[in-house]
Amino acid sequence: MFSDYTMAELGSIFAMQGFAGLSLFSVFVLMALGLAIIFGQMGVINMAHGEFMILGAYVTYLCSNLFSEYLPGLFSIYFFLAMICAFIASGALGMLVEWAMIRHLYKRPLDTLLATWGLSLILQQTYRSVFGAREVGVTIPDWMMGALPLTDIVEIPINGIFVMILTISITVAVYFLMYRSGWGKQVRAVTQNRVMAGAVGINTERTDRLTFGIGCGIAGVAGSAFTMIGSTGPTAGQLYIVDTFLVVVFGGASSLLGTIASAFTISQAQSSIEFFLSGSMAKVLTLLTVVGILMLRPQGLFTLKVRR
Amino acid sequence: MKAGFSLFNRSELLFLVILIGLIFIVLPFGLDIFRLNLVGKYLTYAFVALGLVLCWGSGGILSLGQGLFFGLGGYCMAMFLKLEASTPEATKIQSTPGIPDFMDWNQITELPWFWEPFHSLPFTLLAIIAVPTFFAFIIGLAMFTRRVGGVYFAIITQAFAAILTILIIGQQGYTGGVNGITDLRTLLGWDIRTDDAKYVLYFVNGGLLIACLLLAQFIRQCKLGRLLVAMRDQEDRVRFSGYNVANLKIFVFCLAAAISAIGGAMFTLQVGFMSPSFVGIVPSIEMVIYCAVGGRLSLFGAIYGTLLVNYAKTVFSEVLPEVWLFAMGALFIGVVMAFPNGIAGLYQTYLEPKVRRLLEVGGKEPDPVDTSSIAARPAE
Repeated sequence: MFSDYTMAELGSIFAMQGFAGLSLFSVFVLMALGLAIIFGQMGVINMAHGEFMILGAYVTYLCSNLFSEYLPGLFSIYFFLAMICAFIASGALGMLVEWAMIRHLYKRPLDTLLATWGLSLILQQTYRSVFGAREVGVTIPDWMMGALPLTDIVEIPINGIFVMILTISITVAVYFLMYRSGWGKQVRAVTQNRVMAGAVGINTERTDRLTFGIGCGIAGVAGSAFTMIGSTGPTAGQLYIVDTFLVVVFGGASSLLGTIASAFTISQAQSSIEFFLSGSMAKVLTLLTVVGILMLRPQGLFTLKVRR
Repeated sequence: MKAGFSLFNRSELLFLVILIGLIFIVLPFGLDIFRLNLVGKYLTYAFVALGLVLCWGSGGILSLGQGLFFGLGGYCMAMFLKLEASTPEATKIQSTPGIPDFMDWNQITELPWFWEPFHSLPFTLLAIIAVPTFFAFIIGLAMFTRRVGGVYFAIITQAFAAILTILIIGQQGYTGGVNGITDLRTLLGWDIRTDDAKYVLYFVNGGLLIACLLLAQFIRQCKLGRLLVAMRDQEDRVRFSGYNVANLKIFVFCLAAAISAIGGAMFTLQVGFMSPSFVGIVPSIEMVIYCAVGGRLSLFGAIYGTLLVNYAKTVFSEVLPEVWLFAMGALFIGVVMAFPNGIAGLYQTYLEPKVRRLLEVGGKEPDPVDTSSIAARPAE
């Protein structure tokens, strides 16, 4: 399949597809980060994660409308405010859900899966009732439009770069939160040994609620970033949820580095195969490979070395 | 074990009689053929729910990919029926007569090799059972021997359901794509679209369902069933007692797959088409909720749960379609949080003591220990 192209063309193809892969990678990382915190640290399967992301997207959409209506002067920077709003909205909903539902189910992980699936159905229908079944898109500020020409044939869209920078900064923030802050230390202590963590005076219930809230909040930010590269519909979250779970499991559930590495591998594989085969075959091949590797190495690529 | 072995205790026997009465007498006489055909369609999902009671309720293995096996069974049947409907005479307006119409639309000029054997009914019937079981065996072998279980298994089975859906939709020329395989007419020259045929198919379906129920009950009552429960509750102890846990799991997973596939094949026969919308993630999880609503520990509960949820779904989507997803979501949450044992659990707590008293007035001997009420314990 490579013989029809010259070397230079092949190089450009891979550069372009690589960049398309990087956009997919950003979405995967942002979604998977929240999921990895919730699943990896708490062992909770949150099937409604996609809907938390979509909540963030809708909040951004509302902010965009609000700003263009009342504060057109500040429109160029509305996105940053929208992101914060998305984080707060999704995080608050997440904490509410944890309080009402998840905390009763910590000992039954398979049941959280079913319950959160029910939650996702309810949220989907809520979005459909409130925002309509049609997909909505936000207005991107002018400075994010356009593309940077890199060489004659390779061009890079600015909003793609923006989303990528956003991804990197959020990842760094999560790293500091998890590994350099007091809260992160508490979360990791609770994960490793809940009873002991409680015994040394960590409020495990509060830690759980905060962890869940922050995980959902990051999903909200992911949704916010998602509006920059695609439009939002009530069921858009469901499309990504299985992929994201595979990303998290493939990377090793409790390792942030693993999550990023696996998101990178999966998204790059998918977008480079996509150019040569059809999109659906690319997806089938990637998923099959991932599942195949998971069968050989069920603990994922990167594992935390803890004595069980 | 041998001396005290009986397939059903007295109250379960009563359930069986009631269920048979309902399926074979009450519903056929009480409903018109359109509604009866719908019930027949619901009952094909009950096969999947039965499989899940074995696999999830008894064995503690939650598979979120049962739609995969339901779909494979259904597609095997659909391929046979489609080939029968695509005779060269019936398709002579196509550029290549004798191949299914969707292949012709997709510029395929020759029947693909994997369609070829589906000209034969015996092969098709074998394939309906064998193909899904084979896939279940491969998945089970790879997962269970490496001790992957619990939520990981659930996610990976879900991924498989997603993969098959994407494959079917993507390979439109070979599979009929998103529309599925439609326009199925006859089975060995017998028109399956007439009302008479629908009655016959309904009764065949009911008979098969009862047969699968008996098989599942047999497995639950014999030693294997006890081992499954033991494995669900204390996997390591079963392993330390010298049993091969992986083989047990593979067996029950394959059995659940085979039972689901029978349901899929009957679905195709009764509904007249098969499409990827019965394969993917969403239908697979819905099938789990049928089982959970009925009670994951009860075979009878699973059948009633399937009927009830589907009935509610039909009623809601006719009257208030936008409420249905809310109701469905609430059902998921409610059944997990408030009634982990579903309808069967409610029955056992509230109604059973009364029924038992009634039964005891009639007969003298008290019921033997009720094996179906094995203490409800959340999986994991």
